[in-house]
Amino acid sequence: MENSLPAPWQKALDQIKTWARINSPWAIHYNSGSCNGCDIEILATITPRYDLERFGIKLQGSPRHADVLICTGPVTRQSRDRLRRIYDQMPDPKFVVAVGSCGISGGAFHGCYNIVGSISEVIPVDVYVPGCPPRPEAIIFGVAQLLESLKK
Amino acid sequence: MEKSEPKKFVVPIGPQHPALKEPGHFEFEVDGEIVTGATARFGYVHRGIEKGAETRSWIQAMYLLERVCGICSHVHATAFALGAEKLAKVTVPPRAQAIRVLVGELERLHSHMLWLGVAVHEAGFDTLFMYSWRDREIVMDLLEGLTGNRVNYSANVLGGVKIDVDDKQRDDILKGLEVLEQRAQYYLKVVTTDETFLGRTRGIGTMTYEQAELLGAVGPTGRASGVKRDVRVEAPYAAYPDFPVNLITDTRGDLEARFVVRIKELFEAIRIIREILDKMPTGEIQTKMPRRVPEGETISRVEAPRGELLYYIRSAGGDKPDRVKVRTPSLCNWGSVLTTAVGHKLADMPMILSGIDPCFSCNDRAAIIRRPDQPAQAWDWESLRLHGIEYYKR
Repeated sequence: MENSLPAPWQKALDQIKTWARINSPWAIHYNSGSCNGCDIEILATITPRYDLERFGIKLQGSPRHADVLICTGPVTRQSRDRLRRIYDQMPDPKFVVAVGSCGISGGAFHGCYNIVGSISEVIPVDVYVPGCPPRPEAIIFGVAQLLESLKK
Repeated sequence: MEKSEPKKFVVPIGPQHPALKEPGHFEFEVDGEIVTGATARFGYVHRGIEKGAETRSWIQAMYLLERVCGICSHVHATAFALGAEKLAKVTVPPRAQAIRVLVGELERLHSHMLWLGVAVHEAGFDTLFMYSWRDREIVMDLLEGLTGNRVNYSANVLGGVKIDVDDKQRDDILKGLEVLEQRAQYYLKVVTTDETFLGRTRGIGTMTYEQAELLGAVGPTGRASGVKRDVRVEAPYAAYPDFPVNLITDTRGDLEARFVVRIKELFEAIRIIREILDKMPTGEIQTKMPRRVPEGETISRVEAPRGELLYYIRSAGGDKPDRVKVRTPSLCNWGSVLTTAVGHKLADMPMILSGIDPCFSCNDRAAIIRRPDQPAQAWDWESLRLHGIEYYKR
């Protein structure tokens, strides 16, 4: 887009955008080959005890509506293209949270023949949440860290 | 005017879709709102675990096999441990076997409540989803207090278990079970009396006894159609000979029956846990397991929350397994989904899909079938991928 606004206006507009983004990021969840453990913990974060929605974060079905991609598991050869496609479908600016040890390094599945490797080998990752699986608190902390980094 | 041939209209769903949390691709042929044909395509979560287990030692392989599925990780480890112990001719102390069953039944509680939440969520009944997941946290706390982790608890080791149950943990479990029993009674009341919810479940996805036998349905899916099959009853393993299980079946075979069977299994699991805690055998919790397992092959069967789980283990006498074959219950139940889907509305598909408690990471195994009349084929990755694309293009 052409940047034709005067500098102070542009700055104000950017501030408003960031404010809107931080207060209500919509997340999409994709399992690129995980064992389910991280997925059920992500689902647990939106249920009453942890309640991620109090931060304005909502799990969303379509990649076209999402700001944050929460990705679990090592990337299998089958799901590699699909993961890249989901990432491409998301509108800019977009952020990726890799949940679980396998998303970081391949984890327990390191060396299995159908594993491409970590998520960062396919798409750029902003926040890593380690653990096998990470506790729901850790996942919330990871997303909160992402929001914190956006403020800067 | 020439009448045009009615074309098949195909609704593709997946692999990334809002209904299920795991990737799987479905194609429903529809005539208006009614589904006339269904196909499924899996393999997105195929990681090569069976081959990976061959490159790891017996102890490391157990760590890997626990991660076949994060929801029922304990039964996978139990099946593998039982098989390896049978090969090594190691007798596991009774207290260890009882703790295995205890953790297994706690896992069944957590898995069934998880399923209940997800399945009612597909029906749009989010209140019950939130209720059941809130109450599931009680089981998660118990599992965490017992083993140190919420999921993938690693309670098993070869030759026994890693954890012991002390009096405090025992009291915590009994306290938690009391709450859970009341809540389960409430769920049973809701799924059998709530008028709007019954509209989504009663008479939907009905599978007759004959169909269930023909399609090889296992676990609660089969038991809801009257198939009297449960490994814990037919071939009791671990401590089940001492703590017998009552078989829970239903004859209606529809989604409502599956809800009722699974919730009644919650009561049964609670009863077994209480009985185990009451009559916990004393003694050691581990025996020594040799690093090298003698040559031989074995099959071990256990009852996972979703049905019968089968492990084939072969040892060549080394410190690594020679072959591990896993057959999971979800794989057996897919046939029933694709058959019962036909004739229902497209809107009922998420309910029918989740009615079998599908688990993709469980069922994505690869098998190469070599026929005697065909020459052995060697595929490289690129040609296999192209073959796959061509095959599914039709």
